[in-house]
Amino acid sequence: MVIASEPARLLVVDDNKVNRMVLSRSLEQQGHKVETANDGKEGLEKIRTGSFDLVLLDIEMPEMNGFEVLEACLKDVGLRQIPIIMTSAMDELDAVVKCVELGAEDYLTKPVNAILLRARVNASLEKKRLRDEQRKLFRTFATEEVAEELLRDGFSLGGKYVNASIMFTDIRSFTTLAESQDPSETIDLLNNYFALMFDAINHNGGAVNQMVGDGLMAVFGAPKFYENHRERAVRAGIEMLKQLKVFNAQLSAQGKSHIQIGVGIASGKMIAGYTGTQARAIYTCIGDTVNLASRMESHTKIALRPFLIDEDTRNGLPADFTVEDLGPVLFRGKNQPVNIFAVL
Amino acid sequence: MSSQIDMNTFNDLKDATGADFISELIDTFLDDAPSLIQQMQDALAKTDVDSFRRAAHSMKSNAATFGAMELSAQAKELESIARGNNLVVGNKIQVMNETLSRVASDLNALK
Repeated sequence: MVIASEPARLLVVDDNKVNRMVLSRSLEQQGHKVETANDGKEGLEKIRTGSFDLVLLDIEMPEMNGFEVLEACLKDVGLRQIPIIMTSAMDELDAVVKCVELGAEDYLTKPVNAILLRARVNASLEKKRLRDEQRKLFRTFATEEVAEELLRDGFSLGGKYVNASIMFTDIRSFTTLAESQDPSETIDLLNNYFALMFDAINHNGGAVNQMVGDGLMAVFGAPKFYENHRERAVRAGIEMLKQLKVFNAQLSAQGKSHIQIGVGIASGKMIAGYTGTQARAIYTCIGDTVNLASRMESHTKIALRPFLIDEDTRNGLPADFTVEDLGPVLFRGKNQPVNIFAVL
Repeated sequence: MSSQIDMNTFNDLKDATGADFISELIDTFLDDAPSLIQQMQDALAKTDVDSFRRAAHSMKSNAATFGAMELSAQAKELESIARGNNLVVGNKIQVMNETLSRVASDLNALK
């Protein structure tokens, strides 16, 4: 008996009792925990409630066939990540091909060969484990939607032009604040602050792609494209400032000093892509728009407004946003003055 | 030694599921098989093509699992007939039933 390195929870869905017995017994011999379902309907119910690592699904079944179960799983965001291996007779290969095209992980023909069974099941489990890890990793800097998109389309270390909005934020005079309190308190404060800011950004479909000290950079409209990325970015900024007010009220109650932040947003064309290595990569955006967003954030100190946006961002906002035209500003390193607006 | 059973397939099955499990598996198949034939006969009487096809499909699959190749081929032929949407089967069910008896005695000897 060979025990697989990691016992997994598997579900065998087959209307044929002999098949169920052979498959579940073979998989148990390989060290897995196995449950069975007698038809497609029962199978789908168990998949929904059972948190399985892998499903082996027969195609030809009464009530609900394997094809219908597969479709239902792929449509469900909560079930989509469970790998499904189709099991079928040799002469049903047409149907199997259709299932694999639709999104089944793999297939096995019956009668199942034990060596192939082990190889396919372990390969699928390993792929799932890697995907789960990636998903966890992606979630630390992206929304669930972005993470799912990255998992679906994969990510290559190559760039492309995108139209997006870039946001920079920074805490005002954080160094002074940090010097006046205990280091652990400072880290605690930062963590609580970042949790609120991440929430506001992710909630509006943005992805935080860089954090440096007390500052962060977020991108809206890439890697997942949103037509209304400008509006989303500005909404996130407004939400951040609102959250900060609540946060400051809490700090006041604890007798601590307030945090002030600056938010700058610029929109336009930029080069975006993953930079780094396959093992460690970040989603980066490069270009004038990115530099401008950073300059706008710095300019909040001079303009004495917490939230500044450029003209391109301004032009993408619906009528119900109120902004104040602050006129043209010539930023360092730019030849042309840029019209800036304060979000009210 | 066994004329109905392909021993390579049978031994693979035994290895995969464990030697102590094979008797239980054979019993399950042999308990089930007559009811599959009954299901085909009932379906034939009612010209229920779907039910006929499913029973033939199960027989084909189970026979192949144990290496009963002739039985599996006969069931496959009946399944194909049902897929063609007509149930003109002549004495094919009877012939399959006779094959099943030989398979049963061979499998019982292998327990």
